[in-house]
Amino acid sequence: MTKSSIKIRSTIKGDEAKVKCLIKHPMESGLRKNKKTKKLIPAKFIQEVVCKHNDKTVMTAQWNGTVSTNPYMVFYLTGVKAGDMIKISWVDNTGQNDSTEEVMPTPKKKKK
Amino acid sequence: MNQNRRILLKSTLTAGATGLAISAGLLTPKSVLAAWPKAAFEAKDANTALKAALGSSNVIESKDIKLKAPKIAENGASVTVTVTSKIVNTESISIIIAENNMPLAATFNLSKTTKGTVTTRVKIGKSSDVTAVVKAEGKLYSTSRNVKVTIGGCGG
Repeated sequence: MTKSSIKIRSTIKGDEAKVKCLIKHPMESGLRKNKKTKKLIPAKFIQEVVCKHNDKTVMTAQWNGTVSTNPYMVFYLTGVKAGDMIKISWVDNTGQNDSTEEVMPTPKKKKK
Repeated sequence: MNQNRRILLKSTLTAGATGLAISAGLLTPKSVLAAWPKAAFEAKDANTALKAALGSSNVIESKDIKLKAPKIAENGASVTVTVTSKIVNTESISIIIAENNMPLAATFNLSKTTKGTVTTRVKIGKSSDVTAVVKAEGKLYSTSRNVKVTIGGCGG
């Protein structure tokens, strides 16, 4: 299997989860020019990101080419238990897509 | 002589492969991306983008939204923006960069179990007002902040 373009790191506190997500993608807006050939670099950016928590869609994001290269995002979910499934998938304007699943980790014990 | 032939073969092979990949990719987007509001994202000014994306451009300024962005961004290609909404039933959070060619950068649609905080990184072409627009119970609330950019993120 090829390596996924999505990295997810999540932490749980109580029933609240912080989901950090980093996607490897050029996010070409279509407005940039190739300096040598003076031609526009064709647009290639993620249009939609969907996050599912145990098959329930909890977040959908629509993006433009204005989101930075290798986009990073953080969001918070409530009602999450350790062992729950988080699935993030994206589709870009050329139809390319990818998805990753991650199991919620057990919360770290507090240090005294 | 023989080596030249190798190189030629290789280049034609890779060109063929990428061509295939593109044509295969082109078959899917329309069906998958029905929800992507093209008019909103391609709008050239913030008001038309808002109207197309959220149905209205009547925005109420609110202090319940916190927008965290740097005052001066050294590199406009990647500016971290955090939006925190304390408004009840926040349905969506949009980030608008007024001076960009395409002002609407992103819209996050949240469910009831998602908290109203989103962090992401955006490109900012030149010094501009960054606005966070929150939709809650059919109304739009916003807050903005100016970000100065020393090196632009869009274009050369």
